[in-house]
Amino acid sequence: MTRSDVSDVIVIGAGMVGAMTAYHCAAAGLRVTVLERDAVAGGTTSACEGNILVSDKEPGPELDLALLSIRRWQELADELGADSLEYQAKGGVVVAMSDDTGAGLTAFTASQRAAGIDAQDVSSAQLREREPNLSPDARSGAYYPQDAQVQPMLATARLLRAVRDLGGTVRTGTEVTGFVERGVATSAGIVHAEHVVNAAGTWAGQVSELAGAPVPVLPRKGFILVTEPLPRTIRHKVYTAEYVANVASSDAGLETSVVVEGTKAGTVLIGASRERVGFDRSMSLPVVRKLAAQAIEVFPFLADVALLRSYLGFRPYCPDHLPVLGPDPRVPGLVHACGHEGAGIGLAAGTGHLIAQVLTGKEPDLDLTPFRPHRFEEAPA
Amino acid sequence: MRFTFDGKAIPAEPGQSIGAALIAAGHRSWRRTRIDAAPRGIFCGIGICHDCLVTVDGAANRRACLVEAAEDMRVTTQEGAGRAELEC
Repeated sequence: MTRSDVSDVIVIGAGMVGAMTAYHCAAAGLRVTVLERDAVAGGTTSACEGNILVSDKEPGPELDLALLSIRRWQELADELGADSLEYQAKGGVVVAMSDDTGAGLTAFTASQRAAGIDAQDVSSAQLREREPNLSPDARSGAYYPQDAQVQPMLATARLLRAVRDLGGTVRTGTEVTGFVERGVATSAGIVHAEHVVNAAGTWAGQVSELAGAPVPVLPRKGFILVTEPLPRTIRHKVYTAEYVANVASSDAGLETSVVVEGTKAGTVLIGASRERVGFDRSMSLPVVRKLAAQAIEVFPFLADVALLRSYLGFRPYCPDHLPVLGPDPRVPGLVHACGHEGAGIGLAAGTGHLIAQVLTGKEPDLDLTPFRPHRFEEAPA
Repeated sequence: MRFTFDGKAIPAEPGQSIGAALIAAGHRSWRRTRIDAAPRGIFCGIGICHDCLVTVDGAANRRACLVEAAEDMRVTTQEGAGRAELEC
């Protein structure tokens, strides 16, 4: 057995959550092996927008994780270099297109302020100062200085480079096919470790079945549109207040609520639709059309801007919309870090930090009880 | 048939792309990149790479390799993203 076949921690999945978990574990002195059946950032990490948001969170355990994560992202930008992650602390702007929505938003920001979010109500004039290209129909809004953005693929690759620099191993093209005593069987042999972290994203449910400790992680399909490169036309992450309602929704049908943001490369990203249709990769022109129309409502200048392409991804969601974090009491050594739905890039930083604390025997900074893996099997209280 | 490129008359055959006509007239580049202002012209020549972008009759980001030349078309060198008017 070579040294690389024995680690302290195996992380299954080289997406953002896996990379963050591996990085924090390696930085804490653990020997880490990352196993990825496809390529680095080959799943949802390369099919999302790189959102680091507190603005769309209601008070509760997910918000606590988001606030921890935002702090960790800021520290990581200092540790690893903001440019190497394309980390941009650009802030978020939420827009209400009607007075009714505006009233709902004001009540929402009040609850968020009470929970520790910097949420500032802004008038329609102040909105246009922040976003000069915004539609004159925007009635009111909220400004969230804590919201940020990264280039998720670049940031994942950067984190995994740091894992290697810290002595860790990253094996792509290596699929986990089963669990063995203190380790996993893979397409390239047995790999041993004290702990196995399930960070397989939208496919974490399948991995949990292999381990004999199922967690209900399901796919939610989302389209994102990409425009031609532009100069800076949109300064913040901008979305409509309806987005918040949709994020928290359990409706199976199609929902679209637009999120618009510029990128360092110049393209503008327009997201995001939400559909529960399984792993269906088919293109849908009506969905793309609806997203484009909603984006034009918020930023009328987009009507004359060309789309280069669209892409889709599968967000990993659990029935209660909370991630699954921490040791699984059903299988000693198994730890989950999955089910982050559409917030995985943002929540990954806190997730990696907490999992590393657990695996090094420390008291985690956040109570993991609301995220416990076996909660779905418990009888309702 | 003739169109203009940065004010200069360029001859073109019917069915010829702007890019082909520019190359035939001895021009190798007609765009400057967004970050380094480096010159660009035809790279793939088949509409995939978006390197040959040009401004046609005021509309930016047209692919010179795909757009057919037409009489009196006004083609200009594209600076950066070609949409400077939108910047804020």
